Amino acid sequence: MSLIHEIDFGTPASQSEKQVTLTIDGCAITVPEGTSIMRASMEAGIQIPKLCATDMVDAFGSCRLCLVEVEGRNGTPSSCTTPVAPNMVVHTQTGRLKDIRRGVMELYISDHPLDCLTCAANGDCELQDMAGAVGLRDVRYGYEGDNHVRSRNDGAINAKWMPKDESNPYFTYDPSKCIVCSRCVRACEEVQGTFALTIEGRGFESRVSPGMHEHFLDSECVSCGACVQACPTATLTEKSVIAIGQPEHSAVTTCAYCGVGCSFKAEMRGEELVRMVPWKDGQANRGHSCVKGRFAYGYASHKDRILNPMIRENISDPWREVSWEEAYAHVASEFRRIQYQFGRESIGGITSSRCTNEETFLVQKLIRAGFGNNNVDTCARVCHSPTGYGLGQAFGTSAGTQNFDSVEHTDVVIVIGANPTDGHPVFGSRLKKRLRQGAKLIVIDPRRIDLVKTPHVEAAYHLPLLPGTNVAMMTALAHVIVTEGLFAEAFIRERCDWSEFEDWAAFVSEEAHSPESTEKYTGVPADLVRGAARLFATGGNGAIYYGLGVTEHSQGSTTVMAIANLAMVTGNIGRPGVGVNPLRGQNNVQGSCDMGSFPHELPGYRHISDDATRQTFEKLWGVTLDTEPGLRIPNMLDAAVEGTFKGIYIQGEDILQSDPDTKHVSAGLAAMECVVVHDLFLNETANYAHVFLPGSTFLEKDGTFTNAERRINRVRRVMTPKNGYADWEVTQKLAQAMGLNWNYGHPSEIMDEIAVSTPSFALVSYDYLEKVGSVQWPCNEAHPEGSPIMHVDGFVRGRGKFIRTEYVPTDERTGPRFPLLLTTGRILSQYNVGAQTRRTENVAWHAEDRLEIHPHDAEQRGIKDGEWIKLASRSGDTTLRALITDRVAPGVVYTTFHHPDTQANVITTDFSDWATNCPEYKVTAVQVSQSNGPTEWQEDYEQLARRSRRIASKLEAAE
Amino acid sequence: MNMYLAAADMAERSREIAREHKHLEGPLLPILHAIQAEFGYVPEDAKPVIAGELNLSRAEVHGVVTFYHEFRDHPAGRHMLKLCRAEACQSMGSDHVADRVRQLLGIDFHQTTLDGAVTLEPVYCLGLCACAPAAMLDGEVYGRVDEHCLSEIVGEIGR
Repeated sequence: MSLIHEIDFGTPASQSEKQVTLTIDGCAITVPEGTSIMRASMEAGIQIPKLCATDMVDAFGSCRLCLVEVEGRNGTPSSCTTPVAPNMVVHTQTGRLKDIRRGVMELYISDHPLDCLTCAANGDCELQDMAGAVGLRDVRYGYEGDNHVRSRNDGAINAKWMPKDESNPYFTYDPSKCIVCSRCVRACEEVQGTFALTIEGRGFESRVSPGMHEHFLDSECVSCGACVQACPTATLTEKSVIAIGQPEHSAVTTCAYCGVGCSFKAEMRGEELVRMVPWKDGQANRGHSCVKGRFAYGYASHKDRILNPMIRENISDPWREVSWEEAYAHVASEFRRIQYQFGRESIGGITSSRCTNEETFLVQKLIRAGFGNNNVDTCARVCHSPTGYGLGQAFGTSAGTQNFDSVEHTDVVIVIGANPTDGHPVFGSRLKKRLRQGAKLIVIDPRRIDLVKTPHVEAAYHLPLLPGTNVAMMTALAHVIVTEGLFAEAFIRERCDWSEFEDWAAFVSEEAHSPESTEKYTGVPADLVRGAARLFATGGNGAIYYGLGVTEHSQGSTTVMAIANLAMVTGNIGRPGVGVNPLRGQNNVQGSCDMGSFPHELPGYRHISDDATRQTFEKLWGVTLDTEPGLRIPNMLDAAVEGTFKGIYIQGEDILQSDPDTKHVSAGLAAMECVVVHDLFLNETANYAHVFLPGSTFLEKDGTFTNAERRINRVRRVMTPKNGYADWEVTQKLAQAMGLNWNYGHPSEIMDEIAVSTPSFALVSYDYLEKVGSVQWPCNEAHPEGSPIMHVDGFVRGRGKFIRTEYVPTDERTGPRFPLLLTTGRILSQYNVGAQTRRTENVAWHAEDRLEIHPHDAEQRGIKDGEWIKLASRSGDTTLRALITDRVAPGVVYTTFHHPDTQANVITTDFSDWATNCPEYKVTAVQVSQSNGPTEWQEDYEQLARRSRRIASKLEAAE
Repeated sequence: MNMYLAAADMAERSREIAREHKHLEGPLLPILHAIQAEFGYVPEDAKPVIAGELNLSRAEVHGVVTFYHEFRDHPAGRHMLKLCRAEACQSMGSDHVADRVRQLLGIDFHQTTLDGAVTLEPVYCLGLCACAPAAMLDGEVYGRVDEHCLSEIVGEIGR
């Protein structure tokens, strides 16, 4: 194993189809028209010296090192800014060029410290490399004059010197090493799209400035790391590299945070992770990253990680560390006892959307084959289960229709109930890039998310609807398109069922669905809705991106169907730049759904009642499968409270914090006799657990994750599991203890089993992934290279189905006692329940959950910014601090759910989606009032949490 | 010129100015000129306001403001005296003239006299090379300045 070096071609690839042939240093090379001489040269294997050029950003032409001579042309043009021309003859190394380059280098070095040996970039410094490449031997200018290098000149203070900025927790900015190549500034603008950096001053005074000469942490910087990656010197350096040194080997793996599924190079020093660097060949992220994937991996080695299995009889007892064998035996005997006593249906399990496909497959296999029932569910229940149901009904597949590259061809984007710049930052950056190129944006969200107005991006329409009225809004958009004759008739006649369309068209055309009529529910002026509908129907390629703001409602499935209707009625399916794109929350939530985590579905979304499918698995596994769907998570908890459900195996999920109506969840868990939690940390659910099995991180195992675009990406083990075993090994041992004859030696064998049994994965294997990098399912005989875009020649289900979407207001209403509507969301630096990100330096950005409240509502209640407030609903109450902002409309309040101290889900109700039970997190009627401190629930819970996290030392246990 | 405004008023006035000019093509420089005309400098608090109005980042506005020496980050004296320090003027003895002026005013370049009367700034070419050395006082150019002529000017504005 060695360090993966990616070739830097200097300038981005040209998309032109016309080819041009030229000669560089005697080599003939053919490249697409528009390619720079620098890139063409690199493709021929000839490296032209460069400093300010890198292929993640456009050519700039400032460093004057990449000059070349072109026969028949005057002067020495810079190769990065000069495009190739037919029959051009280029010389990259001549006496004249050597002299110029050496002279330029000499000037650079005359204002650069000569501390190479002790510099953090030693061995990974382009300035150093270029000094070598141009043969710099002497700097004639000396170091006595003006400089940025030394804090003092001859004893006097050097006003040009600036100290290191170490404010960002993950990287440092050392202005004394800056060569002002502007790569960081351009990366921030072109790649990330935040525009947080600039060059201040001019000439010799020029320096990189975050914000207005601020510290990085105080500036607009979102810490995505693009600038650090772009920096050719030690000016911007990861603190981990400063602390550890340069990495010596690396492996390509997949980020374990959101559903974008970015590819990273995990750069290692022995078994120590030095840094995560986004991989340019990663087809989801194209070399970009966000603060979570790039930097927030510290949780993997956090001291809170539990490394030994633990058991206790009662949840009030302290934990007792035991051997793995004892833990497996205990779980097996408890589960068998419970089944004997309370029946086969009395136990179940929850698969994890953070674990690999292979691990998820094993957990559902354990439940179906080992427990003998179908009581398996997954956290997708609480996020995207309506997507699976709704898209399955409309199109025939339960997944997004596009790849992320598709956004580069989009003309009009609807973003509904999603906040890509916070929740899916790398996709957010790619979307912003397209918007800066001129694509139009429609945001449908109760809150003014960043995309509505952020530097160089402004939504054409923001429809700030009241939480819970998505269906009314989507149907109103369809009303305008149908009644104004803007629908794509040819597409609908060819691809969809025309009589179903006519029925649906008659339904949406009813006056009750006009924007004027729905205005009274949605609160959005009718002319805005009409304008947005016209733009989407007539603006070219239209794509819809949506998130949990769509699904986590009592009408979540209906909204998903309404979105599918809108895409079909405008003919926006089946080609690049269009489609319906659910932004999946967790790294492998798509995969966990694909792997048969739902109680009614076997892998590949095939219903458990389907005899042929069941037989496939029965034959393969040598068991008889239950034909009846099992219990969903909420039903398991209900059954537990009723006393018929007694044991559960929960892998990598914290249902106590993430699921709605916390009190109901805790009551359900408390009523069980054997709760087995398999996780990295003693999470909130573990407070109610009897057995704790330590989990492993994504860095410690092989496997695959499937991202939001159905892309199956490899996860590669780069270090030994700190707990001893990868999660799939633990599940396997547990299965063995329960008498199942499993003998997987490597996750690739599990993938082979998936491929054999699941048609949409038929050609997927580790060998194949090794060859192609990643592949988007379906990948089978019909689609041997995978399917970047679905429904190209027709819908999977045959004809696209238009479904009537009647708006039914949620039962959760505001009233005199609870006059405000609470909706929930996330923030960039934290992830989900925060179990990982709270254990990293990311807390520098978001140390607590805050309640966003409009100034008007705050003033009425006498609440000031930053004050403690009490947030109460019909379900419960909690306290947190207020953040007064006009991002939310009057009558709407907003918070995140990243911190267990806040427990925002104590507030949320148990209303849920009619089709899939996906909880209604996004609408809760609440009241906000002044407060002195934590509520009784918070205090009780805090006590319980502290008590239930006690671990008896091994000595005590022996006595 | 009003330099004693509270920060909030300054931001509000900056917003008005930005809105007056934002319809122009390339509105940032006209806005910055108007703001400097209003306040005598470009206040730090104005930058985020301009950024918000033009949908730029505050870093971008900061980059532009600092690029141009003409935009000041603090108020100048009542009079602004600029001496050309470019090549033609140097060859015609502007260094000597500059030394003399600094001596007369008791300040260096970029500084303002203690009584707030004059700010002295260098400038790199007023386009008046044929009449070097050149100077500019409150927007009015002077050619072939010498020690004597400048003493007169300094005497005039110093009062």
